[in-house]
Amino acid sequence: MDNKNLIARRIAMMLHDGEVVNLGIGVPQLVANWLPEGVNLVIHAENGIIGAGGYAPEGQGTDDIVDAGGMRITVNPGAQFIVSTDSFGAIRGGHIDMTILGAFQVDEKGNLANWCIPGKKMGGIGGAMDLVTGAKQVVIAMEHTQKGQPKIVKECTYPLTGAEVVDIIVTEMGFMRVTDEGIVLEEINPNYTVEQVQAATDAKLIIPENLKLMDIGE
Amino acid sequence: MNKVITASEALSHVKDYDTLMVGGFLQCGSPEYLLSQFVGHPARHLTLVNNDMGDYTSSLSKILWAGQVDELICTWIVRNEAAQAMYKANPACLHINPQGTLTERIRAGGFGIAAFYTPTGVGTIIEEGKETRVFNGRKYLMETALRGNVAFIHAAVADEFGNVFMKGSSKNYNAAMATACDYVICEAEEIVPVGAIDPELVTVSGIYVNAVVQIPKKDDKE
Repeated sequence: MDNKNLIARRIAMMLHDGEVVNLGIGVPQLVANWLPEGVNLVIHAENGIIGAGGYAPEGQGTDDIVDAGGMRITVNPGAQFIVSTDSFGAIRGGHIDMTILGAFQVDEKGNLANWCIPGKKMGGIGGAMDLVTGAKQVVIAMEHTQKGQPKIVKECTYPLTGAEVVDIIVTEMGFMRVTDEGIVLEEINPNYTVEQVQAATDAKLIIPENLKLMDIGE
Repeated sequence: MNKVITASEALSHVKDYDTLMVGGFLQCGSPEYLLSQFVGHPARHLTLVNNDMGDYTSSLSKILWAGQVDELICTWIVRNEAAQAMYKANPACLHINPQGTLTERIRAGGFGIAAFYTPTGVGTIIEEGKETRVFNGRKYLMETALRGNVAFIHAAVADEFGNVFMKGSSKNYNAAMATACDYVICEAEEIVPVGAIDPELVTVSGIYVNAVVQIPKKDDKE
């Protein structure tokens, strides 16, 4: 299994039937492919859909029903179309159980940087700041390093998306939880040693006595 | 009362230095016909409010390239090269807002609220220069209401009074912007007599809408 699917599959194992989830672009979208039997999520698309479905089949769908990336999608039974103010009211108001996002950097305090790399092309914030502020759980799905450079750092150097907002980080190396004491490596991919994971991480990882092996599938 | 007029009559309300609100999220619900007719309009030094400055092919790009706009208030500009170029030439022209903040500022502008406190952006560059307050142990930023002079919005169906039905996720910013501008122009795929839209299905009331413009049907000759 490639790293991206390994990460998505592990996150999917955390989810429960009926939870309201917002998926970012990229690895987070793969989570929907790995949901356990009997787990159906209510997918929130911040542009104004509660109960978003998958991509519309080629040649079908309309520009009146799109996801936050502008892709034509379908909606699931029980869906609702809402205005932007209500969509972000649902986010800030704590009605979204989990948001799953990528990151440029995450640090020991759970600070997140994922919208701007200084000196690179200006993109923008979109809905990311609201999502990390309002969702009950903020889960980061990303590869552990970027071109060999650690993305889990002592202190973010890029502009923040949110301060002290990250709850869980899942990479191909392990499953980590941000606590008041720092980042705890709760599970490790059996293909790596603790030393290897720490060497790829700028922040000091807390290794619990009961470190578990991460389920990495076939 | 019949508010149906031509695009050029409606667009004549836009003046120099106006703030223009444009509905839509990428291509979804974008008032593309009004925008296409607005390219090259004489009004200059405009401030444009829009979520994302449009998709690659949107007429918003042409309006920006034509030099009609001085300032951008938005959340994201990844797919608009003209906005990127404006930012490169003058970073101060770009006012990036978190999306929930932008949409709430518009709602506040339309509904008589001067300002509000939001937790979004605390501890980020969005906090810089803003008043903050702690409520129940949590820090919030004060954000102010946003109003415009003219709004361009899109609807699937409008009646002659300006009651509109917006389809699917095209409601996005269109609904709030309709309440937050002095003059609101709604383009519609279909225009029907008053009473033809079931009151249960009216997305935005005609009390907010000043002008209704028919989008040419695909088989119409220009």
